[in-house]
Amino acid sequence: MPDTQALVNDFLNQLKKRKIEGSQATAKQTAELLRSVISQTRVPYTNQAGALIDSVKAVGERLIAANPVELAVGNIVRRVLHIIREEDVSLTTAAMAGLNLSAVSDDEDDADRDDRPVLSAAAVAAASRSTLRPPSLQTLLEDVPDSAAVPHTSSSGGDSEGKSKSADKSSRSRKLKHDVIEAVNELIQDINTCHEQIAEQAVEHIHQNEVILTLGSSRTVLEFLCAAKEKKRSFRVFVAEGAPRYQGHLLAKELVARGLQTTLITDSAVFAMISRVNMVIVGAHAVMANGGVIAPVGLNMVALAAQKHAVPFVVLAGSHKLCPLYPHNPEVLLNELRSPSELLDFGEFSDCMDFGSGNGAPLLHVVNPTFDYVPPKLVSLFITDTGGHNPSYMYRLIADYYSADDLVVQRRPTSGN
Amino acid sequence: MVAQKKGATARVSEDPEELARHPLQAILLADSFTTKFRPITLERPKVLLPLANIPMIDYTLAWLESAGVEEVFVFCCAHSKQVIDYLESSDWSSQPNFLVTTIESHNSISAGDALRLIYERHVIHGDFVLISGDTVSNMSLTQALQEHKERRKKDANAIMTMVVKQSKPSPITQQSRLGTDELFMAINPDTKQLLCYEDKAEYSKGFISLDKTLIADNPSTVLHNDKQDCYIDICSEEVLSLFTDNFDYQHLRRHFVKGLLVDDIMGYKIFTHEIHSSYAARIDNFRSYDTISKDIIQRWTYPFVPDVLCGNSAIRVERRGTYRASEITLSRSAQIGPFIVIGQGTEIGNDTKISHSVIGEGCTIGSNVTIEGSYIWNNVTIEDGCELRHAIVCDGVTMKSGAVLEPGVVLSFKVVVGQQFVVPAYSMVSLLQQPTQQDSDEELEYADSSSGNVELPSAKLNGDITSDLSETRHGPTSELGTGGVGYIWSIFEGGHDEEWRHSVAPIPTDKLAKIMLDKDEDEELLTQDGNVLSPSGELKSDSDANDSEDGDNEGSRDDYVSFEKEVEATFLRAVHENVKVDHVILEVNALRLSYNMASVDCAGAIFYSMMKLAVESPHSSSSELHRNAADVITTWQNLLKSFLHDIDEEIEVILKFEEICLESAKEFSPLFAQILHLLYDKDILEEDAILRWADEKEGADESDKVFVQRAEKFLQWLREAEEEED
Repeated sequence: MPDTQALVNDFLNQLKKRKIEGSQATAKQTAELLRSVISQTRVPYTNQAGALIDSVKAVGERLIAANPVELAVGNIVRRVLHIIREEDVSLTTAAMAGLNLSAVSDDEDDADRDDRPVLSAAAVAAASRSTLRPPSLQTLLEDVPDSAAVPHTSSSGGDSEGKSKSADKSSRSRKLKHDVIEAVNELIQDINTCHEQIAEQAVEHIHQNEVILTLGSSRTVLEFLCAAKEKKRSFRVFVAEGAPRYQGHLLAKELVARGLQTTLITDSAVFAMISRVNMVIVGAHAVMANGGVIAPVGLNMVALAAQKHAVPFVVLAGSHKLCPLYPHNPEVLLNELRSPSELLDFGEFSDCMDFGSGNGAPLLHVVNPTFDYVPPKLVSLFITDTGGHNPSYMYRLIADYYSADDLVVQRRPTSGN
Repeated sequence: MVAQKKGATARVSEDPEELARHPLQAILLADSFTTKFRPITLERPKVLLPLANIPMIDYTLAWLESAGVEEVFVFCCAHSKQVIDYLESSDWSSQPNFLVTTIESHNSISAGDALRLIYERHVIHGDFVLISGDTVSNMSLTQALQEHKERRKKDANAIMTMVVKQSKPSPITQQSRLGTDELFMAINPDTKQLLCYEDKAEYSKGFISLDKTLIADNPSTVLHNDKQDCYIDICSEEVLSLFTDNFDYQHLRRHFVKGLLVDDIMGYKIFTHEIHSSYAARIDNFRSYDTISKDIIQRWTYPFVPDVLCGNSAIRVERRGTYRASEITLSRSAQIGPFIVIGQGTEIGNDTKISHSVIGEGCTIGSNVTIEGSYIWNNVTIEDGCELRHAIVCDGVTMKSGAVLEPGVVLSFKVVVGQQFVVPAYSMVSLLQQPTQQDSDEELEYADSSSGNVELPSAKLNGDITSDLSETRHGPTSELGTGGVGYIWSIFEGGHDEEWRHSVAPIPTDKLAKIMLDKDEDEELLTQDGNVLSPSGELKSDSDANDSEDGDNEGSRDDYVSFEKEVEATFLRAVHENVKVDHVILEVNALRLSYNMASVDCAGAIFYSMMKLAVESPHSSSSELHRNAADVITTWQNLLKSFLHDIDEEIEVILKFEEICLESAKEFSPLFAQILHLLYDKDILEEDAILRWADEKEGADESDKVFVQRAEKFLQWLREAEEEED
């Protein structure tokens, strides 16, 4: 698959050079890339899902390594893996159903439903996701007991395949790939529309004559505020400029262009202004499994100020920003130190960094971290494309979107096509 | 997983049309054509030296790629095989939209030769980026390119755009932070045209000279000494042909840029583009190696920093600027200080302290070692108790236990330092002997390039090598203590007092104090003279500093003034020391040759000296002055006569006399006719000459005729005498 290889390399390079900015763009491109990887992968007769998972993992591992700070890449890789597993299960169950059970009574269905809570989280996730997709709903409901075997999809898939006729096989292999690609398309669609879906909920949260504070610039926040504006809500927005990149200036410009009453403040004025604010609404870089947020630098300070004055701190995040990992040592491992030139002019300070005198160690250090970590207890509410959630509920969402097997995207050394 | 540096490029640039016409090309000179990194560069080309554990050329190529360059010609000269092998084995050769082509040469000894060779290949079409393989940058080329193109459209002579960056030179050492000399640039602030480029400005003299026309032509000129030349040039095709036309252009700056600036016939112009938020610098010497390494560690070059360039999360950044590879063995008691890089597979022992340093891959560092501000490359073994301060240690070096490197030491490949041995400060140590002086010409970084092996200088070095060591050298072992292997090179060219300038070590405080003292004195001196360089770039035409080659009037006139002074000094010495006339004639003739003057000038100058002597000897009235003049003329008539071969020279003397009367010694003006008569009497001047002079003056202005009128009587008499003879 030479052309996918080129695509992968191209994307890797862009990730590495930090040329793609923003989680949404990254997520979308990752999903598109994985879609073409899947469509290019040749599927063997047996263990099709295994083959797909392996090839996605192979690419995913490199993508994640290329820019470990951009968590959206890993999220999407895991989502795609999860989709493959699910589709495989639903196909298998469908096949089983076709072989063994001609008809299933409604009573059994109900009984199965009651059984569900005792099933593994993955099974629940599979089930809950399939509720979103009508075609797979029926098949799943028909054969829920089998989905206990979800974690071992590959083997069970292989087994069941052995039983099925060879004529079925080719059609099934095509069907698995087809279904997976369909599902990935849906994922891409979700990523594309996440802004609108989040924005739809704006009216429920922003009320008349409220004052909203935000920091820096986030497209999600912009859409959210504008959606409320379009619904004839009148409110005011305070924008903290978001040093050192000052993206708040751009946001203020956009907001004014859309007719919102906007006040621009410095980051350091946040605490002074917070008492007049009804709600803080910010974007996020990533939402971790514990409900903590990796967010543009400065937001922890805003969150603390909001807590002090009991102002709700609302984080908007598309579901592609949900990360199934826990933030260990978040200040360092999940951060990116950018060039100090964003803070100060090299020329003016070049004499402070003259290494030729003194003991050769510069007296001036300039540190420019990109992200802050906001602990879950400071977050009042997450608004994702599926609705509003408490930070403590994040693990449930994550269980819906990811399967536990994929948390570590690393191929076992023995595996490989 | 080898996923590093894969890459494709060519992010769609802002103006795709512009780029679509010509894919942007670059020439990367993978040879510095200098010897500043010797002895290391005897064994490995400079561009492959690791900078924070990544070869320099990778930084340059990564930048070019990200800046949208699509085709790079890497010009390899010294150790070309190593460079080519490296590029082939790396990922650079397999980039989809980034073509790296090597051009190999064995006999180019300068950037000029390289560009001439590239011109002959006809590979460059359109604008290109000229850069050397030791440049680190993260600037965006888009704007600079666009400016360059727009200027080109308006003015076909705008052939080059130079990238500069603000960076203050150290006020004490007059040296930039990169260890290069202070650089003066005159830039027109409106057009950004470069008007003057002076990197060898003699700060001891405290002035630079600007051409008058520059100031006349440009309504405003700003003279900068706080600009750093980034050595990134955007050039048009003409640059290559200019190098071919001017086969004596060798150095890019010293010859090419200055040549263009001086040459006003072709009218080529160079412009500057200043970058503000981005970084660009070139590694020129050991000090800039140190400075740029630290800049990289401090992330000024982001995204070209070790953790991003390596990719694959092989290196992680931790608190206080610590970059650690994933697999290192670190003792729990080791103190890993701020701003360090540690490469893959390195082991560090107990109680070892490391700060502000770079440690390469696969190194073994024992216990109780102190490493401060040092650069340790790959596979180095440092045994227990060693101390390293501000040193560079190349691949494969072994330091036996207790060895000490004082600041500024450079240990080249595979050197072994013996137990407890102290390598003196600023030493260069190599397994190879120092080449003899004659081939360490400044312009050569030369070793046998074809084989990749090093040309071993056959000449044995005597005595001087060990001048700074008490022991004499019997073999390589004894020079570096027991069990040591390597030669300590003697410090070349710069000499002892200047070695700190380009070394990795910080400048010692006593040196700083000393310079500070000297400088204060200088400044006093300068203020007394009133010669301090004013910020606007005061124009000076000092007689003793005129070696400018532009043979315009200005220059030759100055030459004449200094010649006259010399002649006068000679003459005065002759008067006071009773030197024989013959000897004086000889001396003046010698001066005439050395200043390239005609004998007309000699006559004028001697006469001037004589008159000056006369006027300077004590006198109270004009008659006394006349007597003085008569005395001098009588005494030295033979001298004067020996330079008056024909009528032209005699006329020159009269003209000179006129000038003296008008300018330097007005006392003579009433005596003009009398002295003219005297000269006639003494047979110094012929009557033909005087009459010719009078005739020539006939048509002149009224003011010029003053002296003709004064001498009217004498002239009358001469004419009458002539007629009578007839």
